[in-house]
Formats: sequence, C-alpha cells, structure tokens
Amino acid sequence: MNVIVCIKEVMDPAIPSVKFTIDTTMKCVVLPQGIPLVINPYDANAVELALRVKTANGGKVTIVTLQAAYSDAIVRHALSMGADDGVVLSDASFEGLDSFGIAYVLGKAIEKIGNYDLILCGRQAVDWDEGLVGSILAENLQVPLVTIAMDVTWAQDKLQVKRVTIDGYQIFETTVPVVLTVSNEVGRPRFPTGFGVISAARKQLTVWKAQDLGVDLPGMEAATSKELIDLSIHEHKRVCSFLSGKSTEETAFKLAAKLREIEAV
Amino acid sequence: MQEFKGILICDSFTSNAIPLSLLELLTVGHRLADATGEKLGVFVLGDKIDTAAEKLFRYGVDTLYGANNVSTSEFHPELYTQVLAEVCRQVAPSIVLFPHNDIGRDVAPRLAARLKARICMDCISFAIDPDRKNLVFSKPVYGGQAIAAWATKENCPVIVTVRARSIPPAEPWEDKQHNVVLLDIANQTPLKTKLIETVREELKGIKMEDAKIIIAGGGGIGSQEGFQLLTELAEVLQAAVGVSRAPCDEGWMTKSLEIGQTGHVVSPKVYIAIGISGALQHMAGCSGSKYIIAINKDPEAHIFSEADVGIVGDYRQILPPLISNCKKLWGQSRGAG
Repeated sequence: MNVIVCIKEVMDPAIPSVKFTIDTTMKCVVLPQGIPLVINPYDANAVELALRVKTANGGKVTIVTLQAAYSDAIVRHALSMGADDGVVLSDASFEGLDSFGIAYVLGKAIEKIGNYDLILCGRQAVDWDEGLVGSILAENLQVPLVTIAMDVTWAQDKLQVKRVTIDGYQIFETTVPVVLTVSNEVGRPRFPTGFGVISAARKQLTVWKAQDLGVDLPGMEAATSKELIDLSIHEHKRVCSFLSGKSTEETAFKLAAKLREIEAV
Repeated sequence: MQEFKGILICDSFTSNAIPLSLLELLTVGHRLADATGEKLGVFVLGDKIDTAAEKLFRYGVDTLYGANNVSTSEFHPELYTQVLAEVCRQVAPSIVLFPHNDIGRDVAPRLAARLKARICMDCISFAIDPDRKNLVFSKPVYGGQAIAAWATKENCPVIVTVRARSIPPAEPWEDKQHNVVLLDIANQTPLKTKLIETVREELKGIKMEDAKIIIAGGGGIGSQEGFQLLTELAEVLQAAVGVSRAPCDEGWMTKSLEIGQTGHVVSPKVYIAIGISGALQHMAGCSGSKYIIAINKDPEAHIFSEADVGIVGDYRQILPPLISNCKKLWGQSRGAG
C-alpha cells in the first residue's frame, strides 16, 4: 500500500509567547531568529500513521512538502522516522498561496508521483488553523475523504477508517485511493533512529518547481480568495492574583472561601 | 452570473430543544441579515424539521429548510456535503454559517471545495463593511496568539464556521411566521464512503456543557489515579470534570473529556485548571470562562497569565484540604438554603 504524506513547515508552536511578534504593516508573523521551523505536529502524526500502514501492509511512504523558499529539514526529519522518498515543491510563485492554492499544487504533484493508495494530511496546521487542504485535495482529485482519522485497517480491498468525534468515534469503510486527515489520537510520532538520521541525510530528494508540475497559479486565483485586512496580537485581559498561606491548609482554605465568593455572585 | 442572496444557517436538530450552537448562529445570522437587508434561512439537518419549526418561530427566521427525499438523521459527512451542496445551489445564499463542531469542521471545507466558495474556519467576530457591503470576519490564528481579520472581495458565496461560546445565544423576541420549505435533493451520486457505525461514549457525572464549574486536569496530574482527587472535588462542588490533551495522549483519560481547540469548547462560570500548563490549544477551549483558577507547581506556567486566581503548589497537597473545606462551606449553604 503506497502512502503519500503531505507535510508543512511551521513555526514551533512550543516557543514562548513573548517571542511571538507580528509585523502589523506587512500583516505577517515575524519568525524568531535562531529557532528552526518544525514539521506541523499533526503532520508528524500523519507520518506515524503512514509508517504503521507500511509495516502492516508493505508498500512505500512518500513525503511531499510545499514552500516558496527551498528547505528540506522537515522532509529529512520524516525520512529519518522511516519514510522512503521525499519530494520538495519549491517555487517563488508559491509564496502566500492560500489553502485552495496549496491543495491545487499538491494535487498536481500527487498526480505526477502517481501509484498511490492513501494520501495523508494533518488535520490542520498550527499556523492558520484552518484545516482545509486535505478536504479540497480530495475534492480536486475526486477521491473519497475521511477526516480526523485515528486508525486504519486494510482487508479484502476495503479500508476501514476510525475517525474521532467529540463524544466517541465513527467507522467508515471506503475504497482506495482515499484522502485521510490525521489527528493526534493516532498516537505519538516515533523518534528518528540514529540509522534513520544517517540514511535520511544521504537520500536524494526530488525537487519540482511550478513549471515541472504544469501549474497555472494565476488561472486558479479564483473566487475563493479572501483578503487579509488585519493581523494583531491577541491580548490577554486577565491579571492573576496569587493565593498563598503559611501552610497548604491555609492556602486551601483561602481558595475554598474564594470559590464560595465567586460562585455566590 | 448567478446572484447570491441571503444568510443560510446549517445546523443539526436532533433533540427536542434548540441546540446552543444554533442559538449562537442565530445571533450571528440576525446581525448579518440586518446589516445586509437580506433574509435569514435555516437548513435543519437531522430529520427534526417539525420540532424545529415549532421551536424556532420566535427567533425571527424567514425560512426553515429541510430535505424532502433524503434522511440526514445520522451524521455522514459525505452525504451531508452532497445534500448541502444541492441546497446551496437551490437557495443560492451569499453567506453560509456552520457551527465549528464535528459537522462544521468536516462538511464546511468539502462544501467550499465543491462550490468554489470562500471559506473561513473557527471565526469569532463578524461584520458587514458599511461602505463595501462585504463580509469582514476574524478568527484566532497561531494557536490563539494572534487574531486575523479577512474581508471577502465581491459578491460570491462565503462559508463560515463559528467558534462555540464566542457569541451570545439568541433570545426569543417576536412571533414570526416562517415558511417551511422541503427541498428535493437532486443530483445524488453514490457515496464513496460507507458508515459502518457511530459509537457515542456515555460519560458519568455532570456534562461539561451544563456545568457552572468545571475542574480540568492536565499532564501535571501524572496518572489516571490522580484524577480521583479531581472527581472527589467535582462531586462536592457539583462540577464537571474535563481534561487537557496530555491525559488523553497518555491514555489516562478519554478523548471525550478533552477541552481545547480540537475538543470541547466550554465557558463555565468557574474553570479550575489543575496541572495544566496552559498550552494555547487548550486555552482556546476554555478562555471564555468567567473565572479561571489555576493550580500548578510551576510558577512560570503559561496558565497563570490567563488565570484570575493562581496557586503555586502541588495539587496532591492542596486538593485534600480544599475538598474538606469545600465540604464544610457547600454543606452549610445547602443546609441553610
């Protein structure tokens, strides 16, 4: 079973909020100096699921990423986890593409890679938090889609997908090829092994530019675009007053009294 | 070129009460309908169109829509998309509103892709620009560290999902005769995904959505057993128990209790966060709470910058005396009241 995983490079969501700054004129986030970009966490879950599918069913795992300025760090990270091939889609014209644009270019690349059964995307990226690309990709490729998958099993030419819901789960059965968006419920992504890191560093990556894919970006600049008019830091309004006492018992008593006071209001 | 007009809310109606998400969407829908001078419609998913018609007549809806020849009683994302795509073709709304829940998260993007509509997920504010007459909407981005505002460019359908608890629910105010229109869903194609089963987990205790107080535990609780203390406190305070993502990832607690961007979004009167670092993804699910109380060992934990009251310390030491003190205080009030 051949799996293609689409991954995105994002600012590390774990960086402290004091280092988070915005250029309000350019309406963009200023990347902090010296802190490397990372693989979108949900995309790492997707790589993990892909590797489990490969272990269970054979086949290979191909990683695809898209960016305006070439960078291969996250693709090599996925390779060091155990993925087989890496494709970097890199072209200056990809700068500022929205989800429709990204899905369009990824779709072209996926068709060019060919011979795929599963296409996995993280459920959403931790930058713009939209969660659109996987769904648009499925629609464009005219293949079935199951979102927020946490597990898959393949038997008798049918794929069973367990997807997370707010109060439980649903199981869907579908054929391949299929697009799945993947959530953290899959479980923790595996760490790269030493051998993985060495072989990933040596691997030849495929690099495609816009013209290699025959994409027509101005042509798809469709009715779907929206105009970003403002980007501002979200200010926290609360000021924390700390309770403490001579003993834990006293602190606990103060908190109980405070709770009673708040609750009674 | 087709003209798009009107606001269309899409939400499910599965019980006898109006879902809170629908009431919140009605607030948004009315604001937008008033600002544009356009009509407000509601498409009811879930085969309860009669109940919906009975309950909604005091909420100023112009038209209630349902599907005539397809059952939407069970949530099937692909089927819902097919139905709603056909509904949008027939009704041709300029703005489509979904709740940002299981249905909106899944169906809205598919619908946007199919209709080639603009889309914005998880929005928290909405306005019509008085000059350009276009929709301006905003949403939290970068895990809630920033707020982005977008505008649509010209008359073209836009699909928006609305974050739970970000908008006050609508109040009933006028009796209004709404039309009920059952639409024939044409152009049905065989579904590519087959629903095998839907499993809902029955949770014990008070539901988070109904609770005035929520006690939430995070990675700092350290084990499944640790949650016993939280449950005890919850019983005394008649509170619900929730969790951040870490206890789910660790397998200590069920995902169905998760509060955060990808779980429940709650806004109780009091939110007690215990052993929760305050990751932005978690805060997205609870920042609408009136009071946030944080208990954490780490004085530098981010949770304290989003809390009203903080205690630096180990919950294992603080909770037992807190529980006994609360028993006294709450016991007294019940005796007196």
